Formats: sequence, structure tokens, C-alpha cells
Amino acid sequence: MLGIIRQKLGAGTSSATMLGQLQRIRPAASALRSFSSSAKEMTVRDALNSALDEEMSADPKVFLMGEEVGEYQGAYKITKGLLDKYGPERVLDTPITEAGFTGIGVGAAYYGLKPVVEFMTFNFSMQAIDHIINSAAKSNYMSAGQINVPIVFRGPNGAAAGVGAQHSQCYAAWYAAVPGLKVLAPYSSEDARGLLKAAIRDPDPVVFLENELLYGESFPVSAEVFDSSFCLPIGKAKIEREGKDITITAFSKMVGYALQAAEILAKEGINAEVINLRSIRPLDRATINASVRKTNRLITVEEGFPQHGVGAEICASVVEESFGYLDAPVERVAGADVPMPYAANLERLAVPQIEDIVRAAKRACYRSVPLAANA
Amino acid sequence: MALSRLSSSASGSNLLKPLTSALSLRRSFSAAADDSTPITIETSLPFTSHVCDVPSRTVETSPKELMKFFRDMALMRRMEIAADSLYKSKLIRGFCHLYDGQEAVAIGMEAAITKKDCIITAYRDHCTFLGRGGTLLQVFSELMGRQGGCSKGKGGSMHFYKKDSGFYGGHGIVGAQVPLGCGLAFAQKYSKDETVTFALYGDGAANQGQLFEALNISALWDLPAILVCENNHYGMGTAEWRAAKSPAYYKRGDYVPGLKVDGMDVFAVKQACKFAKEHALKNGPIILEMDTYRYHGHSMSDPGSTYRTRDEISGVRQERDPIERIRKLIFAHDIATEKELKDIEKEMRKEVDEAIAQAKESPMPDPSELFTNVYVKGYGVESYGPDRKEVRAVLP
Repeated sequence: MLGIIRQKLGAGTSSATMLGQLQRIRPAASALRSFSSSAKEMTVRDALNSALDEEMSADPKVFLMGEEVGEYQGAYKITKGLLDKYGPERVLDTPITEAGFTGIGVGAAYYGLKPVVEFMTFNFSMQAIDHIINSAAKSNYMSAGQINVPIVFRGPNGAAAGVGAQHSQCYAAWYAAVPGLKVLAPYSSEDARGLLKAAIRDPDPVVFLENELLYGESFPVSAEVFDSSFCLPIGKAKIEREGKDITITAFSKMVGYALQAAEILAKEGINAEVINLRSIRPLDRATINASVRKTNRLITVEEGFPQHGVGAEICASVVEESFGYLDAPVERVAGADVPMPYAANLERLAVPQIEDIVRAAKRACYRSVPLAANA
Repeated sequence: MALSRLSSSASGSNLLKPLTSALSLRRSFSAAADDSTPITIETSLPFTSHVCDVPSRTVETSPKELMKFFRDMALMRRMEIAADSLYKSKLIRGFCHLYDGQEAVAIGMEAAITKKDCIITAYRDHCTFLGRGGTLLQVFSELMGRQGGCSKGKGGSMHFYKKDSGFYGGHGIVGAQVPLGCGLAFAQKYSKDETVTFALYGDGAANQGQLFEALNISALWDLPAILVCENNHYGMGTAEWRAAKSPAYYKRGDYVPGLKVDGMDVFAVKQACKFAKEHALKNGPIILEMDTYRYHGHSMSDPGSTYRTRDEISGVRQERDPIERIRKLIFAHDIATEKELKDIEKEMRKEVDEAIAQAKESPMPDPSELFTNVYVKGYGVESYGPDRKEVRAVLP
């Protein structure tokens, strides 16, 4: 199948070796050009940059737009080198006017071009949210298929480090609620490359939620990931770690935390299955429910605000589809129900930590076990 | 076109002096409709400009064009009046924003451009859609929410589209269409199509921030975008002087040139749009302010008389009605008789009535259409109705 490759890592094993490498941010080991026989690595930044580069090369209708994407080489260097390669007609620096340039991007998509609009962070997308939802998401429906909108809105989403309340919100739940949008959240470099390529090729509007703290992280990638036709399917989650005692769903940076929590839980005899959602809308309910039917327990993990969050939707889906299989109430681990504080200790308390995931998982596992059996 | 001289043949009342008086035999209506003999007339008022030259007041037309303008505007007028009745008999639901009075803007613009140029407007879009080549049947079917509608009944009054002839809607959020229109212009330039986009908005939308954001980018990037303010002097119930510190909308572009146009004179509109297209292709964005008027209220739920006097409305109808202006020109040039024009109006009425009857026959969309067109590619994902255990669909 040209261009669509289902990445299937072997059960448990390769995920475990990956884990050791995910503990800390590695120095940039950008896409290897030499072909050594050991696992090749790629940073998320290089994954995104190479995906943009290849899609722009393959389709002249693809162009980039956003603040500092051109001459500055990208606020987070994701678009580095692309202005030099493709010129100012295809890599456009915009003024700081999100409502205006997002509307222009959507209009260009109406005409048939394929814009990739960067928000410096998704917090600024709120300036343009009317265009994302009313002008982009709903157009294909309102026009009964006449006007489709092949646009990608991308940029860092969620908490960074110490950037305060106005720069730390996660928008996954908001955008994923809207019919007509697709919402993707990559975790690894393979995710970043495959999902961004899929997003750019997709004929519908896609909200692509990256994470600033993951940009510099390096992940091993298989040879097929380097191929320019590499693409991941939209709407399919990935089981990062197979398990049988409890299901942990996560997306973006929290996948890494969930994997680390799984290692800790393994030492205590709890074998956790970690699902990397990859796609928030469409949500892969089938994979999530199949997993819960196997493990009978579920924790959802996300960075964003807890009320009406992604975890709430997953919980509802599982209660609706797999109620009889649940041996414990669903647990949600989410950001604290407060605006993000600045002080380092408070910030740490406002975002899920690995120990939060571990604790919630243990709760879910002991619920149906009589206390006497603990001893 | 930088001509600013007044036509040398103007003698003030050029409007009423037929050039063909030497052979002023009255020709039959059908001959008139095919007659391309040039007639020179002047626009009602000179143009006023901001940071650019004015186009000439002298316009060339022909009996053929005059008859076409009359017919098309009469059709639009009749269509909107019929929509009023349909709304009152509850066959049209929700919002219905009528354009009668403003026909000259839609018709004049179409006469100056091609279907490869793009038009985008807000929610007062029925006549604009018709001008772009939409049919009466598509209009009435859509208004009544039927399958035969231009959006298959799923859009409604505010969401008409005709992409194959460059009409990009039909937008409900005031002001949003302007950046979208600048985006269309961007794409036209990117694709090297040598075409332009007309982004229409009202005096109410003229104060929107996103308009100025889009204008700034359009000027920076030299986009072939023409921003057309259809100034009917009321943003819903708020008169322009209560909403805008400066209601000289053609000047609001600052560094972007602007032209003030009598929007009730179809020739002024045509001339201005022609001028604007040439300008935009060479120099980037330009603003056209069309001084126009809507006879109806903002929408069908607005009587339109609480914030303006009935005298004002009837005054405009008497002095400035666009169809009456063409009628007088047709008489002045002996192109058709009063009876012939009345016959055309009757014919338009009949066309509208037939289209409505046919539209009423069109069925409502099949319930399965609830779930179509959410995406172009749905990847087989499930979607749900209100009772999700009861109603589910797979998106193709």
C-alpha cells in the first residue's frame, strides 16, 4: 500500500529498550545519513522538519505560513532551512495577526492550496479560533462537499517550563470536540513524521498538536520511517507497551511518563498496557475498548484541564461500550484544575507526574481486591 | 485606468440624449436584446478617490447590456420579494437576509469580471449567488432546506456556494469573509492565475479588526484583493455614524487606495470594479465603497423601520432605485416600451413562481445526509446521533 505503512513495534521488547533512552533529553542526534546497523535515531524536531521538507517537495501546493517561520528559521527551529530551500513565496513570515493570517490560510485552502499554518503556541490559536472552527471545520458540511479545506494548523501545545498561565494551556479537548476537524498529537519522532505527513496530505482541516519539550528528544526509528512516502494512518492509536493488568491511555509528552510509570508498576507486579492515542479526533475507540476488555482497568492521562477533557471522553466511551468488563472505576489523571502557576514547585503540582500515574494505577488495581489480600 | 477627465461629449444631461436620435425608430424588444450598438452614458455621480486616480464617469453600454441589466435586476428583485413571502409562510426558517435595493452591486460587478475571478460575501448572499450563475431553483430549494438546494439543504440562507464559478459563500460570522477573501487572492497570485477576488462586507463589518489584519497582509504581499464595502448605512439596527468614528469606509484603508461609488448605479459599479481589477492585478489591494441601500430590514425578523424613517426608505426608492434608473435609460434611448418592460417583469415573476413550485417538490434530505460531508475522508470512523446507542453512522 503506497505511502501508508503501519508501524508495528514488537511486543514489549523494543519499547523496553526505547525506555532507557527516553529518560532524558538527548543531544540532537539528527537524522543519520550513514547507514550503521544499529538503531537509527531522530529528534522530533528533525522529524517535523524533514516531513515538512518532503511534503513541500512533493506537492507545490503546500506552503508554510506563520510568525518567524522564515528568516528566523522558526521560533523553535522546526522550519529551519525551508525558506532557503523553497523561497519566500512558499515560506511566508506573517505579522503578529493570527485572526488575519489564519483566515488568509483558510481562504487559500478554499481555493485549493495546501497551507500549513503555524501557531507559535496553540495559546495564540484562540485569536483565530473562529476561522479554525467556523471557516475551516464546518465548510465541507455547510457546502455539502463543494468546499473542502485541506489545511494543517500546527504548533506547540500544552505546558512548557515556567511559561505561566497564558502560555501553558492544552487545546486537545476543545478542538477534538468539533466535528469536521481532525486532531493529532504525536509523541515520538516516528509519530511526528508519519502524522505530519498524513496531516498535510489529508483533504480536511487538521489540528496538529506538538509539544515544545519533546522537540529536542531523540527516538530510535526504523529504516522505513526515513522513506519519503512514510505515513501513519489517522485515527489509529498505537500500543506502545503491551500489558494485561491495566490500560493507560496518554498522548504527547504524557506517553513518555506513562511508559516510565509502567516500568515502576512492573516492579510491583502490575503489567500495564500503554496506549499512545496519536489521534484525539478521530479517537481510536476500538483499540481503547479492546484493551480495556483485556485488562479490565483504565487510567487516562493528559496534561490539560480535567473538566470535559480527553480522559472524560475516553471514560464515557469505555463505560458505554465495555461497562461489563470494568473491574474498577476509571481513573483520570490530568492537569490541576487551576491556571498554570509560575513558581517551580507549584508548576510541578499542576502537571501530572509519574508518581501520580503510578498511584492512580495502583488504586485501580486494588479496588476490587479485598484489603486482606494485600498483606 | 487613470483617466480623470470628464467625458468631452458630456453636456450635463447626456443621460437623456440618445446618440441614435437620428434613427430613433423604436425597435422591438427582441431586437433590442441582441443589439450591441454602443451607447455612451455617464454615471450618476463622479467617483471620489483616496490615494488613487478616479476612473472616468463615461461608460460605454449597449441596448443589449441595458436590457440584460434590467432583466437580471428585475429577477433578483422578484426573487427576494418572493423569499419574503415564503419566510412569512414559514417555508423558510431561521435567518433570511434580503438584498432588494442592492441589486446594482451584484449585477455591475458581474459585468466587469469573469467567473474565474472570485467573489466572497457574508450572509446577504442570495443575489450574489444568482449573479455567479446559480439558479432560482437552487436558491429556493436551499432556502426551504431541500435536496435540490445549492448546499443540498444543509447550509441554508447564509451558506450558498458555487465553487465552479468562483463563488465562495455565504458566511455567517461578520467580517470573517474578508480574510478568507484575501486568502483566495493569495491563492490566485500563488497559482499565477491573473485573476482577482472581490471580498464583500457591510458597513457593520467594516470596523472588524480582522479586516485590517487581512488588509495589512494583502498590502504587504501585493495580493489581488478588492475589498468591497456594501455600505447600506445600517449595521443591523445601528446607523453608520453610531458605529464608525470615520464612516468614510473607502478611506479606512489608510495606505490602501479606495474609491467611493454610487452603489445604486449599475454602471458606476461596473466601471469601478473594472478599474479595481486592473489596479489589484498590478498594485495590490484596493477598497471600493458602494453607497447602497437595503429596502428590507437587516433580516426577516427586523421590520427595518425602528431605526430609520419610512420617508427615508421611500425616498431612496423614488430617487435612487437601481431598476428604475435602468428603466429610464431604456426609455430615453428608445430601446423598449413601458409595456415591454412590464412584460419582462411579469416574465420574471413567472420564472420565480415556477422555480418556487418546483423547489417545493424537491424532497428534504435523506436522514443519512446528517452524517455526510463531515469530512472528505472519514476513515470509517463512527459518528453518533443524540442517542448514540440508537443512531450511529460510519463516515466514509
